[in-house]
Amino acid sequence: MKTEHSKGIGASIKRLEDKRFLQGQGHYIDDLQLPDMLHAAVLRSPYAHATITNIDVDLALEQPGVVTILTFADLHSVKPIPIRLNPYGSLEPFLQYPLANNRVRYVGDPVALIIAHNRYQAEDVLENIVVQYDPLPVNIDAEDKVSCPLHHDAKDNVASNFVQQKGDVVAAFKKAEHITKLRFTSGRHSGVPLETRGLIANYDATQEKLKVWGPTKVTHFNRGVLAHMLDMEEHTIEMIEPDVGGGFGVRGEFYPEDYLIPYAALMLKRPVKWIEDRLENLMACNHSREQIYEMEMALKKDGTILGIKVLLSNDQGGYIRTHGIIVPELSAAIFPGPYHIPNYRCEVRSVLTNKTPAGTYRAPGRYECNSSRERLLDLAASELMIDPVKIRSMNLIQPEDMPYEVGTESLGEDIVYDSGDYPFALQEVVRLSKYEENRHVNHNNLSNKKVGYGIACFVEKTGLGPFEGARIEIDQTGAITVSTGAANVGQGLETTLAQIASSVLTVSPDSIQVLHGDTDLIPYGVGSFASRATVMAGSAVYYAAQKVRKKLLRIAAHTLNCQVEQLIISDGDICVTDHQDKRLTLAQVAQQSSPRNCPPEIEPGLDFTHYFRCNQMTFAHGATIVKVEIDITTCAIVPKHVWIVYDIGKAINPQMVKGQIEGGAVQGLGGALLEEFKYDPSGQLTSGSFVDYLLPTATETPLLESKRLDRSPSTLNPIQVKGAGECGIAGMGGALANAVADALGDSGNNVNVLPITPEKVWQWLTPMQNKTN
Amino acid sequence: MKPAPFDYYDPDSVEEVLDLLQQYGDDAKILAGGQSLGPLLNMRLSTPQIIVDLNRVADLEYYKSDDTGLRVGAMTRQSTLEDDANLRTTQPILAASIPYIGHRSIRNRGTVGGSVAHADPAAEWPAIMLALDGTILIRNTTGTRTVDASDFYISALTTDLKPDEILVEIQLPNWVKTSGWSFIEFSRRHGDFAILGVATYLTIENRRCTKSRIAIIGGGPIPIRTSKAESMLIGETINDELLKDVAEQASKELDPDSDMHASADYRHHLASVLVSSALQKAADRADESGGQ
Repeated sequence: MKTEHSKGIGASIKRLEDKRFLQGQGHYIDDLQLPDMLHAAVLRSPYAHATITNIDVDLALEQPGVVTILTFADLHSVKPIPIRLNPYGSLEPFLQYPLANNRVRYVGDPVALIIAHNRYQAEDVLENIVVQYDPLPVNIDAEDKVSCPLHHDAKDNVASNFVQQKGDVVAAFKKAEHITKLRFTSGRHSGVPLETRGLIANYDATQEKLKVWGPTKVTHFNRGVLAHMLDMEEHTIEMIEPDVGGGFGVRGEFYPEDYLIPYAALMLKRPVKWIEDRLENLMACNHSREQIYEMEMALKKDGTILGIKVLLSNDQGGYIRTHGIIVPELSAAIFPGPYHIPNYRCEVRSVLTNKTPAGTYRAPGRYECNSSRERLLDLAASELMIDPVKIRSMNLIQPEDMPYEVGTESLGEDIVYDSGDYPFALQEVVRLSKYEENRHVNHNNLSNKKVGYGIACFVEKTGLGPFEGARIEIDQTGAITVSTGAANVGQGLETTLAQIASSVLTVSPDSIQVLHGDTDLIPYGVGSFASRATVMAGSAVYYAAQKVRKKLLRIAAHTLNCQVEQLIISDGDICVTDHQDKRLTLAQVAQQSSPRNCPPEIEPGLDFTHYFRCNQMTFAHGATIVKVEIDITTCAIVPKHVWIVYDIGKAINPQMVKGQIEGGAVQGLGGALLEEFKYDPSGQLTSGSFVDYLLPTATETPLLESKRLDRSPSTLNPIQVKGAGECGIAGMGGALANAVADALGDSGNNVNVLPITPEKVWQWLTPMQNKTN
Repeated sequence: MKPAPFDYYDPDSVEEVLDLLQQYGDDAKILAGGQSLGPLLNMRLSTPQIIVDLNRVADLEYYKSDDTGLRVGAMTRQSTLEDDANLRTTQPILAASIPYIGHRSIRNRGTVGGSVAHADPAAEWPAIMLALDGTILIRNTTGTRTVDASDFYISALTTDLKPDEILVEIQLPNWVKTSGWSFIEFSRRHGDFAILGVATYLTIENRRCTKSRIAIIGGGPIPIRTSKAESMLIGETINDELLKDVAEQASKELDPDSDMHASADYRHHLASVLVSSALQKAADRADESGGQ
């Protein structure tokens, strides 16, 4: 009876939101202007670690256009910003207040908020605020065990120290025939959205409501945080998500400004706008990725892994922010990846340093742990003289082992891989890249150009619970509106959800409007992170649409005087199977369902909400191969070709999924070759602009080839999907590092860090050159 | 990222520009294409009281080639030269270097005079001026003077220009068609500031080198001509061993900085590698053009 719509699930339709973006009609936060709006600028600490002995704002307050200046002392009953994910009580001493309370802990730590009539005036005033700093010892090294504690209530800078383990690692190492050791470092970098953060807050006296434009990602949660911090009731705050130019995990978390701007608007009873500029963005928005892995792997001579020990140091920066310690926890939990590692122990030390606080960035914790583990595997393969494909194949979890309990946990859930054919993905990427044929033929010993191939296999956690909701309404004209608490950070949520509703309601997705990110649309929402929106919001839309469909058919059957079973919906019309002339448009059915026309025995209206609940993540997987070319004279590294094979279960829109995979791959190259937040010994950020923080552009992008497998649909949701957003980036660091190692031949075993710069290659090669000379 | 307050003037003649400079001297800053000054102002790394905008001075936007050489008005946009196919034969090093100046949108605004006068040691124009024995025409209210490029660059971001002067024109001698040349630049991404770059040219007569130029980008606080290395080539026939020695010598004549993208040691290494291959390429081209 049901006929799928041809533009529904599985169709590569063009993104519905792109029309407005491509025509310049998108509505980003800085596009919004309110009458009488004031503008804010944040005074940030120029010191990495210092006590504030005095703040004098008298001169600043006399400057043209200044309305007010807020320091910590001016904030009434201010609270620290709470943790969103896994809020362990032991982390409370390390939380950040919206403005520095007598002490600054990184360059960029907010010290004062200036409100003026325009941003120029607000920035002019920054230099007129006289702050006396008394510098303190600076710690920029997460492995420094004797550093001065950053926080008064803490005995040292270790915010968290915990172990994830399974089996008996000590026994495994006793049985080892070979032990491979590697120290691998992942550099500090982050998601850098094209559109920086921004907020506008205004108190609406007619609705007695504080309205905040600019939040995204987790608007319902952030509304709760703001209500808590301002001592307000949640229903007196509305958060409104505009169009968003990129999220990547960093954008949309609750930052100091998310409190300060609403606070100022309430205080002044005028709209206040703050747009983060790029210099602020690079020092104020969450950093990520900086981790050091001290690894030891016990193996049999044939390459069978017996056990792995890891000491993981996570550089947290100056405070614990909303992500708590979830990043290193995910690293420890997912480190085993797609391999059967019978004995495993990972000790995590998450350490505070005088740098920008760290949070999540696309594939948080996994980009780092995958890079480290895959490099460790290649090093073992090299030491044991085993082929890199073979050492992986022989240790991969087999499809018949599914569901597979890893023995670790994260986000309050045991890590259980639900489905997947890991060996097949590896075989496919080897086949697609012609790895076996090409790996050795391209090595021309006479040429300065050395070619290398590197592999990485990965598992991606996706579809984090506990719930997401969708509300679907059909109005009197037949217009369909889907509302959800998930956010559109640029990934194409509007299209995805419209396609899912389209499949169930058998109408074209272009006729479905998807609303999101406004806390007044739907009472409960979780948001867009952890590759969850399609899985969770998509499933909610699916079920809500089923409810709407059932009601539509019931009313149509009543109107057409037939049985529900005799009806089909086709391109928006509801008709009787055997009498195609007996049909109603969606608008006609909607009118029949109005309280005016609806039969007395049926509840009027076409308006259903469904909350999809699931407490188990669904795991995507794949394998990546990168080909690089290195000029051993200049040490230039050129990625030539990337192949990614991935399985995300069913794809709602395969073309959009491909975009996610390939965009992620390019971002992954950035962290592997170009991007790094560097600090000097005094804690100054030395790569604080795009002159020095190098993002990959189209010129740096190699050929990208990706292939979606459709072999392991998720069994945890009705639409059989797994999240796709982080699969492209997950394996890039490891595959690239391995490709460089392969190209460098005998010097390749030195490869132990990301990003890999030409100078690093030169250092790795130099001892060899000296020997051969 | 909003500039500090400044007074803004946009005169439409060179004379008015010079009057303003005479009046304001060190307090004034000249705005040409704005591709370096714009970010410096926005980041408040530069906070001049007066901005004198040259963009309405039409008299400074020209370039012409005749028997005496190529003359380029200060406000000529990089992309104007980039788009002139003739320059690829009449001034091959210049034409080869221009695509390395940032990105196309930067070259659409960026000016020749701005780049020469800004004197960034990692920029292309200053090294090209050195390699090609360029001269710089300078004006103030009392008259004009000409300075050789080799005397123009004094220290980091500092030139021979006085506060009341502007650079009005650069002049390059005509290219000797029998010479060989090369331009190589190394950076982490295309369009970034060079970690190291080399412009070379060689004139070879009867198999022997009679003139050589090696100019280095990113080799120190100012663009550098490695004159000792250059002189090692004079009178010699080009061979691998010689080029290796010359490149080593060129590297020794540099005084590069260490920064987050490259250490001084690595820059020295790059110099020796790049100078050697740049000279080889120049020698090959000299052969092709029948200069032996």
